[in-house]
Amino acid sequence: MANQIKISAKLKGSVADVKSLMLHPMETGARKDPDTGNTIPAHHITQLIFTNNGKQVMVANFSTAVSKNPFFGFSFDGAKAGDTLKVSWVDNKGETAELETQLA
Amino acid sequence: MQQTRRLFLKGSMALLALASLPRTLLAAVWPKDSFDSTSASGALNALLGADVTTPSDQIAMKVPEIAENGAVVPVSITTSLENVESISIVVNKNPRPLAASFEIPPGTLPKIACRIKMGETSEVMAVVKTSSGIFSTSREVKVTIGGCGG
Repeated sequence: MANQIKISAKLKGSVADVKSLMLHPMETGARKDPDTGNTIPAHHITQLIFTNNGKQVMVANFSTAVSKNPFFGFSFDGAKAGDTLKVSWVDNKGETAELETQLA
Repeated sequence: MQQTRRLFLKGSMALLALASLPRTLLAAVWPKDSFDSTSASGALNALLGADVTTPSDQIAMKVPEIAENGAVVPVSITTSLENVESISIVVNKNPRPLAASFEIPPGTLPKIACRIKMGETSEVMAVVKTSSGIFSTSREVKVTIGGCGG
């Protein structure tokens, strides 16, 4: 389900600027369904992990207070063209998604 | 007969190994206690082991002064502090104040950007843990439409 993640990584020397966008409802568990009045159960990404050539470069822990369809940007040093940047997330229901991209 | 049983055992073990693969990737533990905490100090205690932070002007946090939509409040944090281990975002008046926490391994720059939800006007605190202590900076964000309930 690679279409659930969009990622752009730009190299500036050895620093990679990474921007990513995940498709996810990020339900807080506090919202009510306007039709039925039932509380919509929480459904949110808990952890977002980036690895570059297998080395972990970022672990982001999310609560329900991260906006729907989360955007996340960060930068890391020690990157070079051709490196494989992998991003994966897991949510509180155990669903996962991942995507790989080559740095250029 | 015996042989097929061996084969079956081998096959199921390979499957087990495969099934446990993604878990090794997600080795870092999601800090549930900190995220479940209903107070900012409780969340920081659970996450970093202390709720006392040193105000620092070496942390730059960019947040809007007025957020028209509390469901999408852009936050970016960067710091010139050295040996940063983690950066966390705390929204004091959210029902559960800890919004997100980022683990920064060596080599990764202490610079993050994301978008968070805010229930009401509140102080937003950037908490930076380095090898020499816990530092923070706060800014108030006025929210005109809350983003938590509805």
